[in-house]
Amino acid sequence: MTQPLALPEDDHDGLFADSEEMELSFGPQHPATHGVLRLKLKINGERIVESYPVIGYLHRGTEKLFELHPFFQNIPHTDRMDYVAAATNNQAYVGAVEKLLGLVVPPRARCIRIILAELQRISSHLLWLATHAIDIGAMTPFFYTFREREILLDLFEDYCGARLTLNCMRPGGLPYDLPVGWTGRCAALMADLPGKLDEYEELLTNNRIWKKRTVGIGVLPPEVAIDYGVTGPMLRGSGVRWDLRKALPYDGYDEVEFEVPIGRNGDTYDRYIVRMIEMRQSVRIINQCLEKLPEGPIMAKRPRVMKAGKDAEIYHGIEGPKGEIGFYIVGDGTPNPYRCHVRPPSFINLQSLPELCKGALIADLVALIGTTDIVLGEVDR
Amino acid sequence: MSDEPAPEKPAPEKPAAEKPVPEKPVKKHEPEDPNKPLWEKDPVAPAWLDGADDPLTAALKEEVGDAIEAARSFAGDLTFLVRRDAIARTCAVLKEKHGFTYLVDLCGADYPKREPRFDVVYQLHRFSDQRRIRLRVMTDEATPVPTVCGVWRAANWPEREVWDMFGVRFEGHPDMTRILLWEGFNGFPLRKDFPVEGIDTGSAIYPEFYREGAGPVAGSGTGWKPPKPPQEPS
Repeated sequence: MTQPLALPEDDHDGLFADSEEMELSFGPQHPATHGVLRLKLKINGERIVESYPVIGYLHRGTEKLFELHPFFQNIPHTDRMDYVAAATNNQAYVGAVEKLLGLVVPPRARCIRIILAELQRISSHLLWLATHAIDIGAMTPFFYTFREREILLDLFEDYCGARLTLNCMRPGGLPYDLPVGWTGRCAALMADLPGKLDEYEELLTNNRIWKKRTVGIGVLPPEVAIDYGVTGPMLRGSGVRWDLRKALPYDGYDEVEFEVPIGRNGDTYDRYIVRMIEMRQSVRIINQCLEKLPEGPIMAKRPRVMKAGKDAEIYHGIEGPKGEIGFYIVGDGTPNPYRCHVRPPSFINLQSLPELCKGALIADLVALIGTTDIVLGEVDR
Repeated sequence: MSDEPAPEKPAPEKPAAEKPVPEKPVKKHEPEDPNKPLWEKDPVAPAWLDGADDPLTAALKEEVGDAIEAARSFAGDLTFLVRRDAIARTCAVLKEKHGFTYLVDLCGADYPKREPRFDVVYQLHRFSDQRRIRLRVMTDEATPVPTVCGVWRAANWPEREVWDMFGVRFEGHPDMTRILLWEGFNGFPLRKDFPVEGIDTGSAIYPEFYREGAGPVAGSGTGWKPPKPPQEPS
């Protein structure tokens, strides 16, 4: 009885064929840009002909700061890049330093690192889901996901005192052991979370409006995704089964069982599904780690002053919530890194946005920015 | 007892000579416990190894000839030093014939004491066997590096970032503009001679406070304050 709304695709091109192209500046102060992203758009009617991202509004010179501080004092700087996924930033950085110095992390520390990183992945994806849904117009998931994210951040707070800028890993291991009762609370949340995820999926997965706004929007073919260097859920949404946790396992990821979900069509809906399944897989990984959590030390034997060898250079990348986050560090025999470069997943993924929104509607642009899951603190560093 | 300290007086230099002593007992301990877990042993930092015997090196040398100037490996990553003018061709060969379809990262580095001052470093990944290699190219301020945007579109923004941060130009790049800083920014911040406090940027940001070319200068300490605006008559 109710007819679906006729989308502008039907006869759009005929209607606006002779309309003029217009330039539109989108952002930087726009709530849907997730920070301070500016897009110079060339539009024809409602359709985007060309887009040009302008970034750098949040540039703080992090890479210069890395050169001024000793290796372990740089960990807080990594927190402030992708500020909703600090644990994985820490993990990538300390992993690079460990490779550089030849440190071997004890098994208990590796296991706790996996737990922290997966909790961080869930919290980052929950934030992504909340903002992505609110961009498209679904208000309720925001309240639901932030309810669970709060409990999750409380776990982080109990562990290291901070909720977002965690500073929770050190080269060679961890700064603190888990507090008393922490594993119990974590296990309780993990028992709770799959049900909560079902709740979100009930709201969105088969929702007709949600599907209208996401299915077939922003299709990224796999070969284009690889050409653009896109990683993380965006690459997997395009159907490439590649995850650094499986491909180049680090911190004992080869000892846990999990699946790597992929999408079929490479559209916004597939990327949503991939991230939802990833959260469930993270729950699975955390449950395994809590079960087998080994006893023992949490810090490797390491030199009091960490100095990289002269002329030593390393690149170490891990699977962050947004994609591959890597560090390229050059040492020169002093306690400071000579050069420390970050490979930020958001920066590289954002590069593919003009490709994604070619020919899309302006109304879909916010969905496309949401689906790339960028954090401008990391894009601009 | 009071006699003994007197002859030892000329020995304040001794601590410097004694520095290697604390290492000795550590070395003694090691053979005692060969079954110690790795994380309780002293860390062994990786070292540079020769990469000439790697099959990839041989294959690449056959295909691009003398473009490969050196091949070494560090911690499992094979690193090629590539001649500057041959980098785009080498990358194309690596992508087409060896399957390095994914450009992980591209960045610059500054070594002011060296003759060609800058490095451009490429990290490549192959999906078939999850192999990673690194390429590096040396260049100076005046000579542009051929762009690899034609090989991987992923190189576009990282190359702009290298231009922005180091002032290394890329020849044939479709859009060689600054990316993180604004057009007209004075200097290249990740160069080693660029002070953390900034240089000459004052007049660009606060024209009411600084005259043309004036602003925070190098070596004035980290906590700089904007000076009072200059008096009109002066």
